[in-house]
Amino acid sequence: MQYSEKVMEHFKNPRNVGEMKDPDGVGHVGNPVCGDIMELYIKVKDNIIVDAKFKTFGCGAAIATSSMVTELVKGKTVDEALTVSNRAVAEALGGLPPIKMHCSVLAEEALKSAIDDYFKKKEMKNERKSGKSSK
Amino acid sequence: MRKIYLDHNATTPTHPEVVKAMLPYYNEVYGNPSSIHQFGQEARKVVDEAREKVANFIGAKIEEIVFTSGGTEADNFAIKGIAYRNEKKGRHIITSSIEHHAVLNTCKYLEGKGFKVTFLPVDKYGTVNPDDVKKAITGETILITILHANNETGTIEPIGEIGSIAKEKGIIFHTDAVQSVGKLGVNVDELNVDLLSLSGHKIYGPKGIGALYIRKGTKIEPLILGGHHERNRRAGTENVPGIVGLGKAIEIASQDMEEENKKEVNLRDKLWDGLNQKIDSIQLNGHPEKRLSNTLNVSFKFVEGESIILNLDLQGIAVSSGSACTSGSLEPSHVLSAMGVDPATSQGSVRFSLGKDNTEDDIGYVLEVLPEIVSRLRAMSPLYKGRK
Repeated sequence: MQYSEKVMEHFKNPRNVGEMKDPDGVGHVGNPVCGDIMELYIKVKDNIIVDAKFKTFGCGAAIATSSMVTELVKGKTVDEALTVSNRAVAEALGGLPPIKMHCSVLAEEALKSAIDDYFKKKEMKNERKSGKSSK
Repeated sequence: MRKIYLDHNATTPTHPEVVKAMLPYYNEVYGNPSSIHQFGQEARKVVDEAREKVANFIGAKIEEIVFTSGGTEADNFAIKGIAYRNEKKGRHIITSSIEHHAVLNTCKYLEGKGFKVTFLPVDKYGTVNPDDVKKAITGETILITILHANNETGTIEPIGEIGSIAKEKGIIFHTDAVQSVGKLGVNVDELNVDLLSLSGHKIYGPKGIGALYIRKGTKIEPLILGGHHERNRRAGTENVPGIVGLGKAIEIASQDMEEENKKEVNLRDKLWDGLNQKIDSIQLNGHPEKRLSNTLNVSFKFVEGESIILNLDLQGIAVSSGSACTSGSLEPSHVLSAMGVDPATSQGSVRFSLGKDNTEDDIGYVLEVLPEIVSRLRAMSPLYKGRK
């Protein structure tokens, strides 16, 4: 497998590995049949992603794309983060072998799933605050 | 950096004596064995000598050996050659679900051509049950093809037993012995086979050479047409240096095999014991005893195989994996799946296949670096959550 230097660098020294205490959003995607499972955690303050962490079961590309996507979204607003595509993740890594592009797709899905979760949690909080029932 | 090669089931380094034996046949003795002049006859002589070595090694007659470009061609030749020759008698083939792709995909190709193929299941060790073979036979069955030893797990199949069933029913029996020739004693009469594939580069011979044993009287359709080479069974000017190399490799194997096996089984078991002591949640894939002496397939649960291989490679250690990511497909090993290994565990499989140059030091080094790699990847794995 021909990985770029950048992929190998992120594989060897992945950024932002680990779980997060009290995350504002958690994304969980993938399955063991396809070989990759990603969990992505985000912390949001004033609509800005102030921290992102991940845990990944997967190949070199899966670990590198997880690492890169957390790097890319830190400091971005939630709306900006939603525009981060799998291509952007792959490009930031200096490209991926064609058969590994699905790993970047998974990274994008993990991010979107975490942001979805953040919106859901936020809505629930707002509902609780305004005292409405969810009828 | 230290370099340790533990991927001998993929290929082996060509033995220096093999290289030495081959070299004159590129530019000194370069004649075409089909030519009647001295240049040609000198080449013919060494081709015949090599053929004799191969034949003797597997208990065959000289004229029963056909040289091919390798194991894959031998498998294609055996299966397509028998199928096309006998399609008027019947169109049913029996094989197993753990064959090498050279057999598996040839059988699938024939399925597409209207043949019916039974892919037999295996037990948790990857062993085919001879009773299943017996039950699968129909009046239409023209060929049974089951591999001798599996390349991923090293599990050895009961070929002799299956062969006697085939013999009793008068059905042609082929075995892919690419992984076993040179590692196990292989005798075509003891195994009751009609056809047997072998390869040079798995046993310290050169790449690009192999052979198919065809029992006398077995009618087969040639795959490659052209001149009258190999008794009209395989056209094309003989790969003289390759054939000489295969002969030499087999000669060396016949001398060293027993001692090598002892050494490798000792190192292999040291590796397994060491891994067991140092890493929790691991699993042996393959038969505990009926297994090639050089092969150890281990699943490291909660982590994925390619990331282990890459990390080991960074430390100079070469191994392979049955994970989807390394196979070029998106599915984990068909062999482990057939053995009932769940997908996640299958993804975490690593194959260590030892060879003649490996030492105790090599195993010690693997045991030094691998536990740290696994624990680092587990710390990163969402599947390992909640464990110690």
